[in-house]
Amino acid sequence: MVKNAQPRISIALISAAVLGYEILLMALFSLIQWHHFAYMVVSIALLGFGVSGSFLVLTRSVFETNFRNFAAVQACLFGISTLLCYALAQRLSFNPEELMWDNSHWLRLALVILLLALPFFFAANLVGLALIRFRESLARVYAADLFGAGIGAIGIIAILFLLPPAAALRFISFLGFAAAAILWIECGGRLRPVIIGLALAMLFLYAIPGSWTEPLISPYKGLSQLLRVPGTRVVAERFSPLGMISVVESKTIPLRYAPGLSLNSRTEPPPQLGLFTNADALSVITRYSGDLASLAYLDDLTSALPYHLPDHLEAPGRTLILGAGGGAGILQALYHDAEKIDAVEINPQVVDLVGNRFGEFSGGIFDNPRVSVHIAEARGFLQRDTGRYDLIQIPLLDSFATAAAGVHGLNENFLYTVEALQQAIKRLENQGYIALTRWIKLPPRDSLKLFASAIEALKVSGADNIERRLVLIRGWQTSTLLIKNGVISNAEIDAIKAFCARRSFDLAYYPDMPANEANRYNRLEASYFYDGARALLGARRDRFLQSYKFNLEPTTDDRPFHFHFMKWSSLAELIELRHRGGGAMLETGYLTLMVTLVLALLLSILLILLPLVFMRRDTSQTVKGSSIIKVLGYFFALGLGFLLMEIAFLQKFILLLHHPIYAASVVLGSFLVAAGAGSGYAQRFAGEPRSRKVTAIAVLVIIALGLVYLALLGPLMQLAGGWPLVARILLSIVLIAPLGFCMGMPFPLGLSALATGPPSLTPWAWGINGCASVISAVLATLLAIHFGFNAVILLALAAYFAAATSFPEFTPD
Amino acid sequence: MFEPVSYRRPDIALLRTLLLLAISTGLLNPVQASDHFRASREQMIRLIEANVRYTSEYLKQSTLDNRVLDAMARVPRHEFVPPALVDLAYKNRPLPIGHGQTISQPYIVAIMTDLLDIEPGHRVLEIGTGSGYQAAVLAELNARVWSIEIIKALGQQAQTRLQRLGYDNIDVRLGDGYYGWPEHAPFDTIIVTAAASHIPPPLLKQLKPGGKMIIPVGSRFWTQELILITRSDKDEFITRQLLPVRFVPLTGEH
Repeated sequence: MVKNAQPRISIALISAAVLGYEILLMALFSLIQWHHFAYMVVSIALLGFGVSGSFLVLTRSVFETNFRNFAAVQACLFGISTLLCYALAQRLSFNPEELMWDNSHWLRLALVILLLALPFFFAANLVGLALIRFRESLARVYAADLFGAGIGAIGIIAILFLLPPAAALRFISFLGFAAAAILWIECGGRLRPVIIGLALAMLFLYAIPGSWTEPLISPYKGLSQLLRVPGTRVVAERFSPLGMISVVESKTIPLRYAPGLSLNSRTEPPPQLGLFTNADALSVITRYSGDLASLAYLDDLTSALPYHLPDHLEAPGRTLILGAGGGAGILQALYHDAEKIDAVEINPQVVDLVGNRFGEFSGGIFDNPRVSVHIAEARGFLQRDTGRYDLIQIPLLDSFATAAAGVHGLNENFLYTVEALQQAIKRLENQGYIALTRWIKLPPRDSLKLFASAIEALKVSGADNIERRLVLIRGWQTSTLLIKNGVISNAEIDAIKAFCARRSFDLAYYPDMPANEANRYNRLEASYFYDGARALLGARRDRFLQSYKFNLEPTTDDRPFHFHFMKWSSLAELIELRHRGGGAMLETGYLTLMVTLVLALLLSILLILLPLVFMRRDTSQTVKGSSIIKVLGYFFALGLGFLLMEIAFLQKFILLLHHPIYAASVVLGSFLVAAGAGSGYAQRFAGEPRSRKVTAIAVLVIIALGLVYLALLGPLMQLAGGWPLVARILLSIVLIAPLGFCMGMPFPLGLSALATGPPSLTPWAWGINGCASVISAVLATLLAIHFGFNAVILLALAAYFAAATSFPEFTPD
Repeated sequence: MFEPVSYRRPDIALLRTLLLLAISTGLLNPVQASDHFRASREQMIRLIEANVRYTSEYLKQSTLDNRVLDAMARVPRHEFVPPALVDLAYKNRPLPIGHGQTISQPYIVAIMTDLLDIEPGHRVLEIGTGSGYQAAVLAELNARVWSIEIIKALGQQAQTRLQRLGYDNIDVRLGDGYYGWPEHAPFDTIIVTAAASHIPPPLLKQLKPGGKMIIPVGSRFWTQELILITRSDKDEFITRQLLPVRFVPLTGEH
């Protein structure tokens, strides 16, 4: 082995482990906490990269001469900290809901982030030092880093199909030790320490008790709450990248899940099994023996309305249920004698549990000759499907508590957008309905926003008499919105009134509804739902949307944030009211995002400026201030551009790949591997005067491709929506690869240009780039919420342009 | 499952230790310590009053029934929270009591109790005893309370606590609240504090004509709304959905 050989395999391996760790942390924190929180923790933890840059500026000279030892130690520390830091972090009992009540939770939050950032720090130290140590061929080192990261993005998804998250964490920890071993050999070390080291690593992995890494689920999540009830136990558990599915049996005290049940109902649900996704989002498997009478309670829910409309009563035709879950929607359709039921469920494990494992309990509903189950993501199904339906049911799938706490504020949802509703309308038979059931939020938010989106969808579908095609009813807990492919008849209005009167549900909107029929049974201070619906349909629409205290603007595929309602203009008032009963209206997801951004900015400034002070002292070569600003601008812009582009594409491609998991692994994987190839290719220009020109060309191609995609991605996805998955994946790779290839070039070319400057600039640039990545991860979501993903892509292109104009140059003084 | 760890804040912990030290060394006597709680309790009541005045427009009443505030001023809330949180007992905030449950924010307890118009001798059914604090407030209003708790440890703790504090007009039972407590039905008031996916039909049956049922809705730490159901003399159920907060006008227009 040559002493100067670059440890490319080990670098690729540690990069793969880092990306795997990042995605795994998201999965783990979505399980033990909530999605938005997972997102935030991981973005900040990436600051570990930034800190590493500063650390290397200060320590470079010590460690560079001893690369092998230092790098191997970092890899080992990565292996140790992935396990230990997670175990510690989840024991801090941080509760996001208490942030507004108790300052000690801010401290816990900071500790959680600090702990989780450590593994990123160690891994970044290794890669950063390799970039300095092998600066003559750093593009190759960087290529290995990107290539490994790409493999990691794909690999972790595969691993999560095979291993539960706790075991996957151990595997990633092991990868750290393996990287250390390989690095040692790659750098010409002897075999004996490797064997001893690996033996110690195995001992470590073996010695950490399973209970340390077993996910500690928040006691306030649905699963934990139900398991407190005597006689309950988990009877089945499944893992996949889609999350953990748990089935809970309640022996002594029956589970009776029937949200939205009418107060006039005298029926009780039959025995049920709880079906949780990521310890929340309860859905139930209901015992069904073929006796329809036992399902009478399903007729007392707001979602039963469409089954009572005259057209449907005469010919209960084809029903599509988007989100089968435990099967309640199917049972409701069966109870109402639907002729043919198509049910779509995203998670194959749920289908297997309901249909097979608990098939006897659920009465084999999936095998019922009238029922067809499709394993697909709902939006993708709508896009591909060619059937026509008399009724499309979009049931409640999220849990009330999470909806109430506003934690979904950041979740994209491609099922409630104008485009999705428009596609659903296309799938309706003449005179068919879409029924959307949502939780009631007070003051009204969810239901009215959906109403606004429905109006927009009818408009773009070219429907006339829009105000005669909509119906909105509500109980105290749920609302159901009907969109009709046709005009609602008087006979239907009579049926709607009778349905609501019998169940004490309120009418919130139907064509020509008089004001005095609103707000009768579930009385609010004013007829908010009726007034809102009328305003949205009338000439006052824009003024209403503007003056309403929450954001009710229709959501689109470009801004698919149905659950984001907060307006800046109301924020101060809500914060003021938080301890006087107004706290539930605060959107915690959005607020944590803001806090994250501010924190990331502050820390970044600290991390970028601080090393600069030391660098001035340390350097023997004086550097012009303008050069420093160029370095700062170049690497900051690149970090921003790369991640903004990656995140925007990830969201955009969910629409093509129909599945967030496929989208994540295909998009991240293609971007990173292609960028790795680009970086490898860039090596031939490294340090040469023409590298500046090559960078400019690469950026030009990025901008050109970006603009073309902005214009063409929409239509292209429509066109390819019906293709088989493999073809859609191939198309995604073909689209992303050239962009990723070019995006991989500017960073190593810029770094190699630093070679003529002071040596501490390289780790500094590495740190700047890391900080920019953190900021952009948060910024992308924030921008998308307010301006849409197209705007995120435009900003990414602007960042690349800015980078091209500030390519670093050093001319001796 | 895990128990919440100590939520004590270091500064308060120090004060508390000093206070305990002072008591044990005879510098302060326990009477003074209980005075300390009485003072915080009164402070809490004043805060609730101020908040309610602020919210009054929405709740259609300018002040709370004085009897409710008096009752809350008599209940030693610090006895209902975990020992580690005693210092926070009179803060206007919900506190975790273990088992994934909380003791409600005093402000919400006050509003809920007030909305129920409790008269002496009223028969009250509570589903979800929790710490027993709400039951104690009702008992202070001379209501007769039957309370059902599903979590064994919580129910037993509440039972012992309420007995120790001398609340002999409260009965706590362990088990399923879905079917209410038919032996003591009908009730003037039913409070459902345990999260329910729907309002159990058997409970509605146990409500007297003219009786009221209240259900706080939201998460454990944030109450979104209060559902107040009244059974009319004509046997109809009328539901009012109240925000526990003054947040009008909704459209920012006057």
